[in-house]
Amino acid sequence: MEGSKGAKLTAKTIKWISPLFQAAAFLLALSFTTLILLAVGAPPGQAYLNILKGAFGNTNSIANVLVVWAPLLLTTVGVLITFSAGLWNIGVEGQVTLGAIFTTWVLRLLQESALPPWLIILLAMLAGMLGGALWAALAGALKTFGGVNEIFGGLGLNFVATALTLWLIFGPWKRPGTGSMSGTLPFPETLWLPTLSGLRLSPWALGLALLAVVVVYLMLRGTRFGLRLKAVGKNMRAAYLLGVPTWQHMMASFLLCGLLAGLAGALQVTAVYHRLIPSISSGYGFLGLLVAMLVNYQAVWAVPVALFFAALNIGSIQLPIVLRLDSSLAGVLQGLLVLSVLLVEGARQQIMKRLRLSDESAPVEERP
Amino acid sequence: MTNEQLLLGLASVLAAAAPVLFAVIGETISERAGVINLSMNGTILLTAMGSFAVALRTNSLWLGFLTGMAIGALVALIVAFSSITLKQSQVAVGFVLALLCRDLAYFLGNPYMNIPGPRLLAVPIPGLAQLPYVGTLFFNHTVITYLSFVMIFLAWAWIFKTRPGLMLQGIGERPAAAFVRGANVNRMRYLYTVIGGAIIGLAGPAYSLSVKAGWAGTISGLDGIGWIALSITIFGGWNPLRAAFGSYLFAFLQWLGLVLQARLPNIPSQVLQVAPFPLMILTLLLVNIGDAEWVARTLALLPTGLRRLAVRFLRALRASPPAALGVPFESE
Amino acid sequence: MDVALYDIHKTFGRVHANVGITLSVPAGTIQGILGENGAGKSTLMKVLSGFIRADRGEIRLDGRPVVIHSPSDAIRHGIGMLHQDPLDFPPMRVIDNFILGRKGGLLPGRAAAKRDFRALADQFGFSLDPDAYVDTLTVGERQQLEILRLLWLGARVLIFDEPTTGISAAQKEKLFAALRLLAEQGRTVLFVSHKLEDVEGLCHKIAVLRQGYLVGDVRPPYKTAQLVEMMFGKSVAMGERQPAKPGPVALRLESLSVEDDRLKVRDVSLTVHKGEVIGLAGMEGSGQGLFMRAICGLVRPTGGRVWVGDQDLTGRSYLAHKRHGVAFLPASRLEEGLVPGLNLTEHFVLAEERRSFFVDWNAGRSLARQRILDFNIRGAPETPVESLSGGNQQRALLALLRVPLDLLLLEHPTRGLDIESTIYIWSKLKERCAQGMAVLFISSDLEEILQYSDRVLVFFSGRVTPPLEAADLTTDRLGELIGGKGWPEKGGQG
Repeated sequence: MEGSKGAKLTAKTIKWISPLFQAAAFLLALSFTTLILLAVGAPPGQAYLNILKGAFGNTNSIANVLVVWAPLLLTTVGVLITFSAGLWNIGVEGQVTLGAIFTTWVLRLLQESALPPWLIILLAMLAGMLGGALWAALAGALKTFGGVNEIFGGLGLNFVATALTLWLIFGPWKRPGTGSMSGTLPFPETLWLPTLSGLRLSPWALGLALLAVVVVYLMLRGTRFGLRLKAVGKNMRAAYLLGVPTWQHMMASFLLCGLLAGLAGALQVTAVYHRLIPSISSGYGFLGLLVAMLVNYQAVWAVPVALFFAALNIGSIQLPIVLRLDSSLAGVLQGLLVLSVLLVEGARQQIMKRLRLSDESAPVEERP
Repeated sequence: MTNEQLLLGLASVLAAAAPVLFAVIGETISERAGVINLSMNGTILLTAMGSFAVALRTNSLWLGFLTGMAIGALVALIVAFSSITLKQSQVAVGFVLALLCRDLAYFLGNPYMNIPGPRLLAVPIPGLAQLPYVGTLFFNHTVITYLSFVMIFLAWAWIFKTRPGLMLQGIGERPAAAFVRGANVNRMRYLYTVIGGAIIGLAGPAYSLSVKAGWAGTISGLDGIGWIALSITIFGGWNPLRAAFGSYLFAFLQWLGLVLQARLPNIPSQVLQVAPFPLMILTLLLVNIGDAEWVARTLALLPTGLRRLAVRFLRALRASPPAALGVPFESE
Repeated sequence: MDVALYDIHKTFGRVHANVGITLSVPAGTIQGILGENGAGKSTLMKVLSGFIRADRGEIRLDGRPVVIHSPSDAIRHGIGMLHQDPLDFPPMRVIDNFILGRKGGLLPGRAAAKRDFRALADQFGFSLDPDAYVDTLTVGERQQLEILRLLWLGARVLIFDEPTTGISAAQKEKLFAALRLLAEQGRTVLFVSHKLEDVEGLCHKIAVLRQGYLVGDVRPPYKTAQLVEMMFGKSVAMGERQPAKPGPVALRLESLSVEDDRLKVRDVSLTVHKGEVIGLAGMEGSGQGLFMRAICGLVRPTGGRVWVGDQDLTGRSYLAHKRHGVAFLPASRLEEGLVPGLNLTEHFVLAEERRSFFVDWNAGRSLARQRILDFNIRGAPETPVESLSGGNQQRALLALLRVPLDLLLLEHPTRGLDIESTIYIWSKLKERCAQGMAVLFISSDLEEILQYSDRVLVFFSGRVTPPLEAADLTTDRLGELIGGKGWPEKGGQG
């Protein structure tokens, strides 16, 4: 750009203005949540303290936060890929579910076999990734070949995935006797992904999730494929004329997101629940979309923000018992946080515009 | 099934469709003005909970319905403010609100779970309710169901038969042209989004104070209706009459699921309950497939006569959205 | 109504679009506003019609100063503007378009409006069906609708922005007759154009704008050379025609047919040699765009064959064409050509033929720097494409093309560009033609067609002339063909 003094000053101003606005957004969300707590007659301080204690009170709870963190990271970086291609993969929720279903399926098929347990687990997890990818491919095909907006196709497939889970639990895979909402019969401990002793946390899950973050970060930043995805996301027609096979790239982004979401579902089965339960996805798909929006679509920031969201989820579990509050308080706080970040970011852009500062110089996205 | 049972069943379909109808019509009005209100699923849950709570506390059904409209309008106002004034993505804000309102409904509704409360009673219309067939079908409903009937025609007449309605079409179609014709585009968009939101806000109480009174939290059976209503809005081609058809079709299918379930015990209930969703995807596919590039390419291969026929068929199915849907407007 | 503008100033950022413009137009005058693209004509008209507010200056109507905040203010004062792309609602009916914007009761009152509509239309000899949908009308008919609508709203000053672009010769005749009638009725007409012929033939006086300044307000008899000099500040040499030396065949079409829901282009056969430039002339939407997209695989032909070099590429995708040395540059640069949000380096890396998995950003940046230098682009490797000017965007698009290229298809290569960029773009194109590239281009600028083509195809509502030698054509002859005059009885293509 033209390196005039004015522009430099602007960039500098923006550098300290941006975090200021973000802090304001955080405070806004917090004060709204406080107001809501006051409105229902709950002591806000105690509620927050309870969430903190519930999340970081002891080793066990910290481990539980990390247990949530792993699949959440996977769905977050997964939807970052589809976001790059300009797609709202709302179907990620169903893709997690299908991952769990496929994993359960393979585990059920092979649990009586003579194969070594590690191989069974590996195959089951691969099957889970395949399941997620297939479900994503369905949404992708509807979008690219059927012209069906991925939001509506994805939503419909989410419902179908949930129904499929219920049907399996109450039908073909039901426990001996009658099916129950507590899910299928748990698998033998040999088929569990190894956990740290005494905790529910599997280091494998954590490792896979962090690996996925690194891979997605590098892919979006440093590869030709990542650049093409961005081009497709920002202007599909131009990308095509510049020589990018567009539907193939959109499809690829769906498949990759599905793989990661399917892996998240596989982890839910092999590392957390050890069976198929009705709400196996635990809403991590939608939560991943929220995290991705909150980090302004940058993979690196997904790591701390997803951790924070995971802590809120685990921390609020105790609320109904201790304070007779519904645990959906976590969702309220998360939603308010993203909403106020969106609103404050919008306000910042409008104010910048009013001040006639060019927004191009704002560090919206790291440029190579 | 006897005739009488069938009639009562179909009448229950008309009543059960009311919540979806309000949601679809509210969304249609909002989208006609160019604003997608994606928050619907959350809004409906929050209004269902809020209306029930207020009606229970005040023992006034009317205050309950008013609460619903107020909540719906308020959520729509946030969507309008962030998209029109702050120029943020409507999809992003709407999606966050859908999740936020849902969690808020569950959080705030905790004390009201499974408490018996007030409920609208059916008001047979004197004279008409005794007519054979039609009486049972149309004239023995609650006030809110009657209102849903009226709303279809009101919305349709407003959009297509009045001067301000023409301008509403114009604002969603080409805001710049509406602007030179003297419309304050952004103010109108605010107005219609909020009005649409208030109508969507009737969907919750239509459920929690009429169709299935009470609040049952996550198992209310209401979660998901908002997303379906969004699909029906597209299926309805932004026309209240076609949208009403879609809503009744959906309610009918759900009822059919229940009826068939009793007859076919071998099919798990979940399969029938979910039947409308694949069907919805299928209809969206039919409505949209004419725009897909490969379809145009394949059509070019057909002999002329057949091609004409296929093109005409696809065009008849197609529902094209208001051209400026989701596009912010600035008058320089 | 007398219209007077006093000392109008308007700046956009660093651009001074109008500098102290003072102009007075008495009632009953057809006032031409002449200038090249970017001279400030549109800005001045938008100020008068309430679209934008001047930084300084005054507008007086019949001697009284008025303040105009918005287009609806303007129409209240009797000022109406017809935009180049008529601002109407294509999916709605003519009558609803007519009614929209008129104050009134809750019901639109269609019956009464139709009576008024017919009466007004008869006055001007327009035949429009009030129940037709606007998207079935031609641009000329949509202009007629706008004229009637503005008159119904009581317009006494009518501004026409480049109204002769995209309408047929017959419609132009009709339009001019209507404008003369308006002036006779005592209305004031402001006619904005960059076409000398139109302005000279129609206007009672002509104001010429250049770079934001009013450089003159002349009355007939007009001297074309003088007007040109006022427009450009100097007489412009367009460069000499250089006929191509025909090389081997680059493109061969065998009775190519293509259609969309509005148009059919039938049985076009054409052979293009390397180094040749073929101009496609015609009103916008006469089939030339469809034809061009069929050649490069963006639209599938319904019949015939497309040979590129010795490859039969009929029915193959655009990407397959691209692999065989074909490229297409669309008219809408930011909508279809470039990717807003990505910078120049990212564009060059994207367009590279390399297959490596990882991107070498350093190499990418130096490539970008090199191309920026080669193509004289005013921008840096980090500049996002949307902040480039139109001319620089077009240069960037040319710079993005593969180097050995056999066939280049361009839609309106110089639309919206200043004269300097136009000459630069064509010099680059001719340079590459000399190296053996064939060019097909669409333009609505007759002079551009005649200046740069070796042969010309003229399109008129789907019909195509045989290839005509550009050297044998004149603007008059070309204009007639474009307007549908002088065609053989049974249309077609030899």
